[in-house]
Amino acid sequence: MIKLIKIELYKIFRKPRTYIGFGAIAFIVIVVNLGFLFEGEQLLGFLIDSLKDKFLLSGNLINAYTMAFVILNSLWIHLPILISITAGDMISGESNSGTFRLLLTRPISRSKLLAAKFISSWVYTVSLLLFMIAFSLVLGYLIFGVGDLIVIKSTISILSADDTLWRFGYATLYGILSMTTVTSLSFLLSSLSENSIGPIVGTFAIIVGLTIVSTLGYALIAPIIPYLFTTYLPSWDLFFTMELDIAKLTHAIYVNLSYSLAFITFTFYYFKNKDILS
Amino acid sequence: MKKEIFLQFEQVSKLYNSFLAVDKLSFNVYKGDIFGFLGPNGAGKSTSIRMALSLIKPTSGEINLFGSDILNDREKTLSKVGALIEKPDFYSYLSAQKNLEILGEISAVQGLKAKIDEVLDLVGLTSRRNSKVKTFSQGMKQRLGIAQTLLHDPKLIILDEPANGLDPQGQVDMRELIVRINKERGITVIISSHILNEVEQICNRMVIINKGKSVVEGDVSELLTGSRMKVSYVTDDNEQTLALLSNSEFKDNINGIEKEKLTLLMEHENIPRLNDFLSKEGVKVYSIEPIRSLEEYFITMTK
Repeated sequence: MIKLIKIELYKIFRKPRTYIGFGAIAFIVIVVNLGFLFEGEQLLGFLIDSLKDKFLLSGNLINAYTMAFVILNSLWIHLPILISITAGDMISGESNSGTFRLLLTRPISRSKLLAAKFISSWVYTVSLLLFMIAFSLVLGYLIFGVGDLIVIKSTISILSADDTLWRFGYATLYGILSMTTVTSLSFLLSSLSENSIGPIVGTFAIIVGLTIVSTLGYALIAPIIPYLFTTYLPSWDLFFTMELDIAKLTHAIYVNLSYSLAFITFTFYYFKNKDILS
Repeated sequence: MKKEIFLQFEQVSKLYNSFLAVDKLSFNVYKGDIFGFLGPNGAGKSTSIRMALSLIKPTSGEINLFGSDILNDREKTLSKVGALIEKPDFYSYLSAQKNLEILGEISAVQGLKAKIDEVLDLVGLTSRRNSKVKTFSQGMKQRLGIAQTLLHDPKLIILDEPANGLDPQGQVDMRELIVRINKERGITVIISSHILNEVEQICNRMVIINKGKSVVEGDVSELLTGSRMKVSYVTDDNEQTLALLSNSEFKDNINGIEKEKLTLLMEHENIPRLNDFLSKEGVKVYSIEPIRSLEEYFITMTK
C-alpha cells in the first residue's frame, strides 16, 4: 500500500498542473501582504473606523496574524478550486489518458488502487493548506512582525498575540477536515467522469450553487441548510472568538465527517463495479 | 495428450442496456497457442478481451484463467497475464524507464532493474529508455506496450489489435516479435485483430466472432484447408476450358469467369487432380492463383 501511495504521489508531483495550486497561493499571499504593506493603514482604518469612538486601539494591528486571517478567508472559495484540479484528475485523468487499462490489468485490487489515489490526493490537499498557512504567517512575520489580532464578526474579538497561534493550529486542523470533504467530492466526481474538466467544474458548481442556496435562505430550504457541508466550509473562524462555540464546532465536524464518508463510500462502491471502457 | 487450457470462455454474455455486445461466447485457448481472436469491427472482440482481464464484468457466463474464475481470483490470475489493450497509452510526461518501473513495482516484479533492461533490449528500445514517452512514435509506443506485458514473466499475453497504427514494416516487426516471444519464451499469446493477414501468418488457432457470437473455432490451417477455396486459372482459352470443365467431374466446382480469369471453388486436396485433368486435355495453363484465403473464409463466415 505504501508503495502504491508513493507511486501516486510521484505521479502527482511530476505533473506541472500540480504546481498551479502552490503558485496561485503564493501569488495570493504575496499580493495580500504587499497590499497591506502599501495601503494597510487605509484598509484597517476602514474596518475599525466605527470602533475608534469606543475603543482605544494601539500597537501593531497589521501583523502576521492579520495577514494569515485575511488569507484564510480565501479558503472556502479558492482552495476548493485548486484542490479539484488535482483530486478531480486522479481517476478521470487515468481514464482520459487510457492508463487505467495499464494499471487495472496488473495484479492489484481496485480498492487498493483507489485507496492509494485518495490518500495521495488528500496528502496534496493537506500540503497545499499547510503551505498556505505557513507561507502567510512566515511572510507576514518577515514584513510586519507579530501583534494582536482584531476579529470583527457579529462580535468584536481582540485576541492578544500570545493567545493566537494555537487558534491558527486548530483552524488549520479544521481546514484540513473541511477540505477533505471537498477532496472527497472531487474524487467522487472524478470516478464518474472520463475527463478532468467535469470533476473540476462540477466541484466548483456544487460548492457555489449550495452556497448561493444557503445565502438566499428560502424558507423551503432553510431546514436543510444546517446539514449542507458548504455551510461549514468557513467555520474555521469559529476558533477566532473569545469563547469557543463548542456545540457549533462539533456539529460542523460531524457534518464534514459524514459527507466525506458518504462521498468516499459511494466512490469505492461505484468504482469497484465500474466497467472500464476507456 | 490433453492440452492445458489457459483461458476458457463458457457461455459468456455482456449486455449494455439493451445492446447485446457478446452473446453466449465459448472458446478455449491452450498452452503454447498463438491464438487469433478475429472479427469485424464491433463484433465484440474488445469487450471479450476486457472481460477476460476483468476490466468489464460479464452479464452471464464464466471466464476461467488458468483454471480460476477471473472475478473470484483476480489478483492471482492477473499475475500470470500481460496485456496490451487497444492502443499503448502510457504516462507521457514520464520516461519509458519510469513507466516500466511504475508498472513493475505494482506487479511486485523481483529484480526489476535487470528485468527492465531485458525487456527494453528485446523490443529494441534500450537507447531510448530515458526519453519521455510523449516523444515516441506509434511504433515505439507499441513496442513499449509489448515490453510492459513481459515485465513480470507472464505465461499468457493478450494483445488487442497490436498492429494498430503501424506502418507495413512496423507490422512485420511486430509479427516477428510476437512469434519470437511465443517460440523462445514459451509464452501463450492471444491476438485480437481484424487484420486477417496478421492472424493467418502467425496464429495456429483462432476463433471468429460476429455480432458477439462465435462463428467458428479451430486450427487455422485446418479451417483453411478443410473447406472449399477459390482458385483462379488463366488458360490459353478460358471459354473453351470452361466448356470442357462443364462436362467433367469438376462441373460443380465452376464459379465462373471473373476479370478474364476462370475461377473454381476447390477442395484443397482436389487441386492437383484438376491440374492433371487440364494437362491431359491439352489445356495450356499460364497461371494458377489461390484466391481463397482467410479473407475469403472470413467474409463467408461472417456474412
